[in-house]
Amino acid sequence: MATITVDGQDIQIGDAERLNVIQAADRAGVAIPFYCWHPGLSVVASCRMCLVETGTKNKDTGEITMMPKLVPACQTPAKDGTVVVTNSEKVRANQNFVQEGILLDHPVDCPICDQAGECWLQDYYFNHGHQERRADVRPFTSKRREMGPHVTLFADRCVMCSRCVRFTREVSGGGELQIIDRGSHAEIDIFPGYPLDDKMSGNTNDICPVGALCSTDFLYEQRVWFMEPHDSVCTRCSTGCSVQFHVNNDQLYRIQPRYNPNVNDWWMCDLGRYENGHVRAPERIGSIKQRAADKFTDHLWPEGLKAIHEALAGVAAKSGGAKLAFVLSPYLTCEEAYLLASYARKTAPDTLLVLGKVPVVGQDEKFKSGFTVRAERCPNRRGVEEVIRHFQATIVDWAGLLTKLDAGELAGVYLTANYPDQWTDDAEAAKFERLSLLVVHDILPSALARKAHFIVPGAASVEKDGSYVNHAGLIQTGEWGIRPAEGGHVDGQSFSDLLGRKGLYQASGVLAELAGAVPFFARAADGVPEAGLNLVTGEEKRPRTTALGTVTHPLPTFRSIASEMLEVE
Amino acid sequence: MKPDDKQIKWVKEPKLGLSGRMYLGPLLDGLATTARHMLSTARGDGMTCQFPEERPKFGNPLIYRGVHRLNKDEQGRVKCVACFLCATACPAHCIDIIGTQSPWEDREKYPQSFVIDELRCIYCGMCEEACPVDAIELTALFDLTGASREEMIFDKEKLLSVYDATIEQEPMRSRQGAGGQGHSAS
Ligand code: SF4
Ligand code: SF4
Ligand code: SF4
Ligand code: FES
Repeated sequence: MATITVDGQDIQIGDAERLNVIQAADRAGVAIPFYCWHPGLSVVASCRMCLVETGTKNKDTGEITMMPKLVPACQTPAKDGTVVVTNSEKVRANQNFVQEGILLDHPVDCPICDQAGECWLQDYYFNHGHQERRADVRPFTSKRREMGPHVTLFADRCVMCSRCVRFTREVSGGGELQIIDRGSHAEIDIFPGYPLDDKMSGNTNDICPVGALCSTDFLYEQRVWFMEPHDSVCTRCSTGCSVQFHVNNDQLYRIQPRYNPNVNDWWMCDLGRYENGHVRAPERIGSIKQRAADKFTDHLWPEGLKAIHEALAGVAAKSGGAKLAFVLSPYLTCEEAYLLASYARKTAPDTLLVLGKVPVVGQDEKFKSGFTVRAERCPNRRGVEEVIRHFQATIVDWAGLLTKLDAGELAGVYLTANYPDQWTDDAEAAKFERLSLLVVHDILPSALARKAHFIVPGAASVEKDGSYVNHAGLIQTGEWGIRPAEGGHVDGQSFSDLLGRKGLYQASGVLAELAGAVPFFARAADGVPEAGLNLVTGEEKRPRTTALGTVTHPLPTFRSIASEMLEVE
Repeated sequence: MKPDDKQIKWVKEPKLGLSGRMYLGPLLDGLATTARHMLSTARGDGMTCQFPEERPKFGNPLIYRGVHRLNKDEQGRVKCVACFLCATACPAHCIDIIGTQSPWEDREKYPQSFVIDELRCIYCGMCEEACPVDAIELTALFDLTGASREEMIFDKEKLLSVYDATIEQEPMRSRQGAGGQGHSAS
């Protein structure tokens, strides 16, 4: 155990922990302001915002020797006997000077800056700023420029923390960004002809502490204080990054990564971040439809499900359960897969359970930090497999299903899809033509849906609660942020209604049920913590929430500063 | 700004005396006002007027809180920079803005659409207070009527036309450009 003294308060940190003074002070509930340091990047100690007074305490005599000069807290390791003073006149004066220095040639265009509301400059101005601006210098830099397809640079707002540059060199590895020119003319730029266009470029927008790097897709879409965050899981590949959906008025505006040391650290890829056009696509399927010849007619909700239930039971009665297949898409949550499989087995004990198509695109793409975008483009193949394995000895995959269709071994299929992209074609759809009953449960129209006898609307991941098991066996739970497309229901509700259960679908209740029934999920019986549970190894890291919040942004946000002000009498 | 900030002045309500608690003083005050108004009406310079034949006179139309207008900059473009601060401040949630990148070289962001539901508005003037570029102002137009709800939902063009209609009588409260006080907020 090492003892560190922060502003007169002794705190203990473990011997194996390698913390810097910012992190140690955070444990003591003391916020040291910083710009250039980021826990996921190397230390450059260039912004000088974090300067504090340090010293050492002699173990035997208790005598404290202070260093004559201020040192950067981000670069100073917290060792046994380290004494830190963060609230002296000298420290405060430095913070004020740094803040004033940055603001001298800052455009202060907060009203039109997308970062306003979550900007570190704004936040720190509350704590360390001068009230008056003693000089007003026009920035020497250029203004706005595209860095790549997703990143826009507003050079005049940059505070030269070099986080973005270090990110491209150390995490994504592309090294696209650099600092050109010197002194007050310095600005961030790309090398001519080499835009920042790899799959991790969007992260630079997140780590930029100010509004210098802005997400082009989100630019001017919404002010941040209107949006509500909802913790969830990215469903674009089997890595399953922890994310936050930022929503307002039933619209998904932005997706940002959420710190999770078991999966994605602070990052996520652009695929998961930006490819969400399917959520509010105009062609989204919104109601239960039944086809007669070439015409689809809409059904009201309870009658539609009842008609489907009767049709499925009819096939099972006429041709036997073995000729009825239920296809469980890897885009379903574990809870939904469990409910649908239970329903399949309730319809007839020998129905066939099939693992839906697992989309694979190219090769796994591994970045310098180890962050990987997987070729397997679905969130829950493992979870669905484990659910199927519980009900059925072997796993029949998509190819197996097509073989059975070709051989004419099936009479009816209930097929769930919910893929965000087009996932099938006419050739594949033709194989389903001979079925006497085809129910397609999907979010977007497809070649297959046109052949279906019934269409059931599905829900996108941002619209539903539920858990996913990623490639490594880590189960994570997400919460819904917006309601399903007009007329639609969440998948869990449809399956629970089909099962004949009364009332609203509660994912947490079903997960507890699943954990009780299927040993693979046993660890999730009491719910899943924020950073997930590894169902295979039984071990995972639990990030600690420090006194000041998360390690990425240890400051009260705009919202909490406001509520702090409201609470005071 | 923190609650212990030196610039904040905390004001306490004064304690009421005996007559105050018996409502005697305020009651007499009120009666005196009534009497004063009676006398002035008798003298002919009344508090009321024959609306609508006769138009009421405002002491200072610049501080009256009537229909909104969206001001224009020197080049006749909408002055608003689509910062949403008015929509944030509005307690009635009646301002709806869609911001986008401006088509002009010298300005960054502007409202593609700017809609105020004048029926929902409570004419508190918070939007005017919040605006960093003095783009939204409440005019002295008070007799706002319409035949339908839709008619009372004012869009950008209509709000700009209120500017054209009122700028003669009511000059802009400030000459701040769309850039605000800073030099490059545009
Ligand atoms: S663009 Fe942002 S992250 Fe990059 S150096 Fe400037 S302030 Fe830092
Ligand atoms: S006057 Fe008040 S209620 Fe009306 S738009 Fe402005 S802020 Fe909203
Ligand atoms: S506060 Fe002013 S500049 Fe901002 S959106 Fe409202 S009218 Fe436009
Ligand atoms: S955070 Fe320590 S010098 Fe920038």
